[in-house]
Amino acid sequence: MRDDGQPVQAAPHPTTPTPGAATWFRVHGRLVAAGWRRGSTYRAAALGGLVANVTFGFLKVSVLTAAVAAGGGELAGYDTRAVIAYAWLSQALLGSVNLFGRIDLAGRMKDGSVAVDLLRPIDLQTSTTAQEVGRALFSLLPRGVPIVVLALAVGGMRLPTDPAVLGAGLLSALLAVVVSHLVVYLVAVTGFWTVETRGLQVFYMVLAGFFAGLFVPVSIFPGWLFALAQATPFPSMLQTPVDLLSGRVVGGDAAVALLVQLAWLAGALALGQLMTRAGRRRLEVQGG
Amino acid sequence: MAEPLSARWGPYRAVVASRVRSQTSYRGGFALDLVSSLLVGVVQLAEVLVLFHSVDSLGGLDLAAVVLVFGIADLSFSLADLVVGHLDTLPVYLRSGTLDVFYLRPQPLLAQLVTSDISLRRVTRIVVAAVALGVGVAVNDIAWTPLHVAFLVLVVLTSALTFAAVFVAAAGVQFFLVDAAEATAAAVYGGRYAATQPASVWTGPLVAVFGFAIPIAFTAYLPVVALLDLPGPGWLPGWAGWLAPLAAVWMWGVALLAWRSGVRHYQGGGG
Repeated sequence: MRDDGQPVQAAPHPTTPTPGAATWFRVHGRLVAAGWRRGSTYRAAALGGLVANVTFGFLKVSVLTAAVAAGGGELAGYDTRAVIAYAWLSQALLGSVNLFGRIDLAGRMKDGSVAVDLLRPIDLQTSTTAQEVGRALFSLLPRGVPIVVLALAVGGMRLPTDPAVLGAGLLSALLAVVVSHLVVYLVAVTGFWTVETRGLQVFYMVLAGFFAGLFVPVSIFPGWLFALAQATPFPSMLQTPVDLLSGRVVGGDAAVALLVQLAWLAGALALGQLMTRAGRRRLEVQGG
Repeated sequence: MAEPLSARWGPYRAVVASRVRSQTSYRGGFALDLVSSLLVGVVQLAEVLVLFHSVDSLGGLDLAAVVLVFGIADLSFSLADLVVGHLDTLPVYLRSGTLDVFYLRPQPLLAQLVTSDISLRRVTRIVVAAVALGVGVAVNDIAWTPLHVAFLVLVVLTSALTFAAVFVAAAGVQFFLVDAAEATAAAVYGGRYAATQPASVWTGPLVAVFGFAIPIAFTAYLPVVALLDLPGPGWLPGWAGWLAPLAAVWMWGVALLAWRSGVRHYQGGGG
């Protein structure tokens, strides 16, 4: 494997034990950039992902438009153009939003190299997330943009032209990427206690895909299931950015949706800090 | 080839038995694996049910017919996944160079890979699929004759063979792609998802790919149309489903071609 911690070395060590906000942003900015560069080295993988996303996009468009037609041109508030936008935008974001639960940190927890990460004078949670977000944002170029272009070429999709709506949509997509990686971090750091987290990762993948609205929009769930989904962070990872980007949710509702995303971000950040602190005391690395 | 059959299969049996033992030794992890795998099946069924919560029929099928399609598709895919599903870890062997070890042993490469891992956790998937199939059979109004019963059993088995062939074909293509592994996931897991859909909703390119090239429409949708005596999807008559076993023959032809050219293309991992 080539992910041998290079990006971390690219970050300068802060000279003071309590760096200021400016230093924090400079260090994490460089980590995001390092993650971006690393994402750019896996071109073949990105192409493979694009093929998968496009295939699923066509399958989803066909079944969801048939469902709208069967519902008499409307399905729980979605018309044909809205449901096509939903299918394609969710596939476009899938390369960047982490619904699969896999993160490099899980491997580093298992082989013990996380001990080296913990010796660095930088927070494990924020540095890990910064690199993953950088890599995820790069994925928008080979996987997100081509799918949106394809969807517009194939036709039937609606995108907002109002810059305010589009801006809110892009902000929501960025928040979705960060929230997803912060929650996957929580899955990985259970490895402080269990070492092997593969079972939990599969569990996350199944629940995340369903409750994020990967195959069927969360908004067409029956009431009780919709309420259950809303109690999880998963709709904030896919349904929300797609709703905002497609202009289905605008104005005050969009502002509320963004606040909900921010709340999940803050919650995952706080829980991650607590778990990392508790886990540090648990950690025993063999052969150290 | 003069050895008796039992002697030839002996090594594979021993290997598979050891895989089974190794997985059940960590009880907690194994239990979570079983639950996760069960949940995968339940969630996939739930996706179908959620859609039918809002509509009465989709692509000419009502809920009862769609549950039958889901049951056949999911059961046959899960059976194939249990036996050959781990073939999609081939890129890991290719990248790390460990595939060369398999070449040193006096057994066929494909047979070694198939027995390299049997994931018991996939057994719970089969349970969900079998329940869906049972419900599907019960709630549909089919004039059961011995021919219909034999056809249903034959379809589950030959569709499992079709999906197994898709796994083998995908693995063959991996020798060329290596890093672009997800491209074949489009065929394997896209195919699984496609198999649970009424193929009548598909547009042109999907019909070409999943109707004929990779004959996913023949695994569950077309046989159900034939069993229920429904009109076909428009691009095939309703009776075409009776030809389902031919799809397995076609797909295995494609799979062996892809596998052979992949193995021939492989240059070794170096070292």
